Amino acid sequence: MSQTNIYDSRGLARLLDTAAAWTLALLWALPLLYAVWTAFHPSEFSTRFTLTAPLTLENFVSAWHAAPFARYLVNTVLLVTMVLAAQLVLCTLGAYAFAKYDFPGKGVLFALVLMQLMIMPDVLVVENYRTMGAIGVLDSTLAIGLPYMASAFGIFLLRQTFKSIPKELDEAAAVEGASTLQILWKVYVPLGKPVYLAYALVSVSYHWNNFLWPLIVTNTTNSRPLTVGLQVFSSTEQGVDWSIITAATLMTSGPLLVGFLLFQRQFVQSFMRAGIK
Amino acid sequence: MPPAVRSPAAMRNIHAWLLLLPAMAFIAAFTHYPAVNTFIHSFFLDGRGGAPAQFVGLEHYQYLLEDEVFHKALVNNLLFACGTIPLSISLAMTMAFLVNAGLAGQSALRLCYFVPTVLPMIAVANIWLFFYTPEYGLLEQIRGALGLTGVNWLGSEATALPCVIAVAVWKDAGFFMIFYLAALQQIPPSLGEAAMLEGASRFYYYRKVVIPLLMPTTLFVLVNATINAFRMVDHLFVLTQGGPNNASSLLLYYIYEVSFKYWDTGYGAALTMVLLGFLALASIGQFGFLERKVHYR
Repeated sequence: MSQTNIYDSRGLARLLDTAAAWTLALLWALPLLYAVWTAFHPSEFSTRFTLTAPLTLENFVSAWHAAPFARYLVNTVLLVTMVLAAQLVLCTLGAYAFAKYDFPGKGVLFALVLMQLMIMPDVLVVENYRTMGAIGVLDSTLAIGLPYMASAFGIFLLRQTFKSIPKELDEAAAVEGASTLQILWKVYVPLGKPVYLAYALVSVSYHWNNFLWPLIVTNTTNSRPLTVGLQVFSSTEQGVDWSIITAATLMTSGPLLVGFLLFQRQFVQSFMRAGIK
Repeated sequence: MPPAVRSPAAMRNIHAWLLLLPAMAFIAAFTHYPAVNTFIHSFFLDGRGGAPAQFVGLEHYQYLLEDEVFHKALVNNLLFACGTIPLSISLAMTMAFLVNAGLAGQSALRLCYFVPTVLPMIAVANIWLFFYTPEYGLLEQIRGALGLTGVNWLGSEATALPCVIAVAVWKDAGFFMIFYLAALQQIPPSLGEAAMLEGASRFYYYRKVVIPLLMPTTLFVLVNATINAFRMVDHLFVLTQGGPNNASSLLLYYIYEVSFKYWDTGYGAALTMVLLGFLALASIGQFGFLERKVHYR
């Protein structure tokens, strides 16, 4: 991945660089390593680090039974799927219009879309809560997802991709008698695949982790996602020991973490692509 | 049907508008409409018990001038920004240099740096909470071993905000590193060879060649870091709840408290206008950056 650089350190300097890099890496991984230690050992070992400490899954079992995590997990999966599906459709259509059409008002509309990059739904919680109340969807997965379904970031990203696809391709398809939507579906979407993957990974991890808006707009188990469920669990059960809370913490981030470890390369490259495009 | 509508140009316009309609409708409903409404509601006092809202003019804005909690949250937020932005950017750059230097185990290094990014803030804050816990916490145990006296990290006004900043830096640095890595890989090795021929030292090469070439990335990261500094509040819910005595409260967290704990949404709207002002400042930079990117294409 990286090419050798003539200024890469050598000899003693290289040794020092390696030591510094690994010290920093350990420091960065420490919270997670610590959580794994605590979650897999009985609570009396949560601050005693002996190699002979017995391993256990008891903490996970207790946490699982202490709160409706299965329901929270279902809610989160529903949420990220629904948001992603809506985003892919809406952003594809919008990006195609911006990339391939010239129409009156294009500049103004594009500026209006980009405004969302600055005024994210995250900070408009008060008014969006009012809106959700007015349309009667408070305390539902739909309410958590609605403000995020059209994403300026997605439109911008896909517009850049579609612009780089040569016009000759869709002219050829038009000669064959394909309609606008057919051209979009058969030519543009397949060519944009890597960008779709990148966007999907960014979107899923964002909405899996999102907290403030779901906290505000939900108030029952039926709609709470994992993040809010975890917070309710760890703040109300003050008597619960740390081992169980860290087990719950790992469970909450588990699926995303496993996915990340399996697809590390794609994940990192997706984030890179999403950022520099 | 009049002939003008049937002309191919008119049909293309209609197609474009139809394609845009769904996305625009959503953005208008959940970004533009609430933004405008925030402005309007900031001049009103909520009606209690079904009474209509009452126009109060600039009263909320006048109260902003007196509200000490707001002043504290504002100062905290600026300190939070001044702490997290330079720290996370310089660490991100350092991490990218280290990962890019072809050291032993570089993909494991990259993994360690990046992992905090994919974890939910609310979840990792629970782990950090335990780090900071008085007496039992890891930090206190280490200090205890060195014979230092106990500090209540999250419970004292002097240390609460720095602790919260540390968590934010830890979470963001690896994310920003990715953008620097991408940029570093665009720098051709021949530049280094040329600098070497000229006899430039390593330090000189990084300072005068590499870091200037990374400027566009730094600008991009800077804007994102600024926006994050004003919207990242998840960890406060777990670590400090804005305390002690509002010593670690941030703007968005205070907005949440005012609007959803005290249900004073009119004042919450005025507070949101202040936050939007800061985001607008950050976005002026962003628009400039995006525009340039667009035109270069």
